[in-house]
Amino acid sequence: MELVCPAGSMTALKAAVDNGADAVYLGFRDGTNARNFPGLNFNLDETRQALVYARDRGARVFLAINTYPRPRQWDKWRAAVDQAAGLGVDALILADPGLMDYCAQTHPDLRLHLSVQGSATNREAIDFYVRHFGVRRVVLPRVLSLAQVQNVMQRVNAEVEVFGFGSLCVMVEGRCTLSSYVTGDSPNSSGVCSPARAVKWEESAAGRRSRLNGVLIDVYAPDEPAGYPTLCKGRFEVGGKVYYAMEEPTSLNVLDILPDLYRAGVAAIKVEGRQRSPAYVAQVTRTLREAIDACAAAPEQFTPARAWIEQLDKVAEGRCHTLGAYTRPWQ
Amino acid sequence: MKLSLGPIPYFWTREAAFDFYRRVAESPVDIVYLGETVCSKRRALRMPDWLDIGERLAAAGKEVALSTLTLIEAESEVAYMRTLTENGRFAIEANDMAAIAMLEGVAPFVVGPHINVYNSGTLALMARAGAKRWVMPTELDRDTLIALQAQRPAGMETEVFVFGRLPLSFSARCFTARAHNLSKDECGFRCADYPDGMALRTREGKTFLNLNGIQVQSGETYNLVHEVGALQALGVEVLRLTPQAQGMFEIIDAFRGVMDGRRESSAAAALIEPYLAGGSCDGYWHGAPGMDRLHP
Repeated sequence: MELVCPAGSMTALKAAVDNGADAVYLGFRDGTNARNFPGLNFNLDETRQALVYARDRGARVFLAINTYPRPRQWDKWRAAVDQAAGLGVDALILADPGLMDYCAQTHPDLRLHLSVQGSATNREAIDFYVRHFGVRRVVLPRVLSLAQVQNVMQRVNAEVEVFGFGSLCVMVEGRCTLSSYVTGDSPNSSGVCSPARAVKWEESAAGRRSRLNGVLIDVYAPDEPAGYPTLCKGRFEVGGKVYYAMEEPTSLNVLDILPDLYRAGVAAIKVEGRQRSPAYVAQVTRTLREAIDACAAAPEQFTPARAWIEQLDKVAEGRCHTLGAYTRPWQ
Repeated sequence: MKLSLGPIPYFWTREAAFDFYRRVAESPVDIVYLGETVCSKRRALRMPDWLDIGERLAAAGKEVALSTLTLIEAESEVAYMRTLTENGRFAIEANDMAAIAMLEGVAPFVVGPHINVYNSGTLALMARAGAKRWVMPTELDRDTLIALQAQRPAGMETEVFVFGRLPLSFSARCFTARAHNLSKDECGFRCADYPDGMALRTREGKTFLNLNGIQVQSGETYNLVHEVGALQALGVEVLRLTPQAQGMFEIIDAFRGVMDGRRESSAAAALIEPYLAGGSCDGYWHGAPGMDRLHP
């Protein structure tokens, strides 16, 4: 079971590789990838350096071009695929079927992974991508229970990668336009969710308010820690009650079910967070490396060490964690 | 240009659905999409019911298609989708790639609004798989449609979502059950109490979103009644209205009047106005945030 870690910068990439990532994933510095945040990501030259650094240390590099280009963007996205092929990345992570079609025809030897943004949650959908484009690995959206993941695993003709740690997307990826409804930019279109340019903080005696393009996402009491106003993680009023109507700020953490994922034959555990700091990447990579190694050595005896859980909670969104959709009660 | 009625997004009772489609049969829509697209637990109407309604509508001269679920998680949902695709009578609107995988090379189908067709490469792929029509994803704008219309494959029809609360997202979690502190497994079908969904407001009381089971919709109603002429000029074949509990037949008549050149869009807008519970928006069409309203 591989550990696939995020690299939003060269420093984060080094942190991932040095702390035991089997592979890192990164994106070009533009809207072609789903973490199109200011100050993040790699230009061509940096990608070359990233490849050298990772490979010298036995790690692989996956490049994500996982947004959906509109016609006016098509040439740029296609050029990004060509550049990735020219650089010789170990795999390309794509979501758009049109772009996958182009890639499969133009660069048939380039290994393709279906991005979580591709929104494939079942065998039949995955088969479509395998049949048409020779997709070798699929990243599952964070909406399936453990039993459903196990079921898909038994039936698909591709490797399966699942999210193991990081901020939790409560919606099925690739089919959420909440962010563009409010701000004009969505993960599918622009590679961002709840973009920082649309965030405004207001201070008052009653506390802090966070807004996204003017829409009030949350209000924090003076002593309450305030989180980033991702719009599905705000507190809203429904039926006269104010609460986290969609999702609390919390992180996904699969330590508790690592042996189940291992035994099911999951090919890789993915860590979310290209927008997070190199310190986060180092901490999460080191901890999960230790956990995966312990699991692989003796899956029947595996129990998550208390220290691992504490280390991960320290860097978790909301400083707490959940198994998310993997367990039914959460649903 | 034809007028279509999308699938009912909410959980209506069996009687309400039958009554609704009895009236639809008499209404001036050309195409009707039937079936449950949001939650597989909603089974007030089963396959034979949908086929029955479909036959009645077909007898009234409507083109009928069966829409699939959007988020497939369980094997039972895959099995139901397979039954649907093998119904042998009506065309399928595919809302997940699984349905396209089942129908490819077997029968012509409609690419639903939940399949991410953002460019002509994907549209061409859908045409090769057997699509006869595609519904533009609601996030896309006029300029994108212009470009896609210019490059669309021969014989492919274009349908645009022009009225209704926007389907913004789907989740493993049921937000209606959550609003009642219930788990999804023990939801008690609370969504049946909300024939137009549950309003979600900001803490300042602003209408924002609408909770409909595992789906989140826009609080404001997408309304492109002023763009009917522009859509016609772009060669769009079908305009889609999404059912809601209030005023649907007045809304159908309003759009029909504009499409047939019997009514100004401003007059139609006035007819529709009383049925826009959370106000209206048209931002996506103009390349702006979806919640914005650019046409005055």
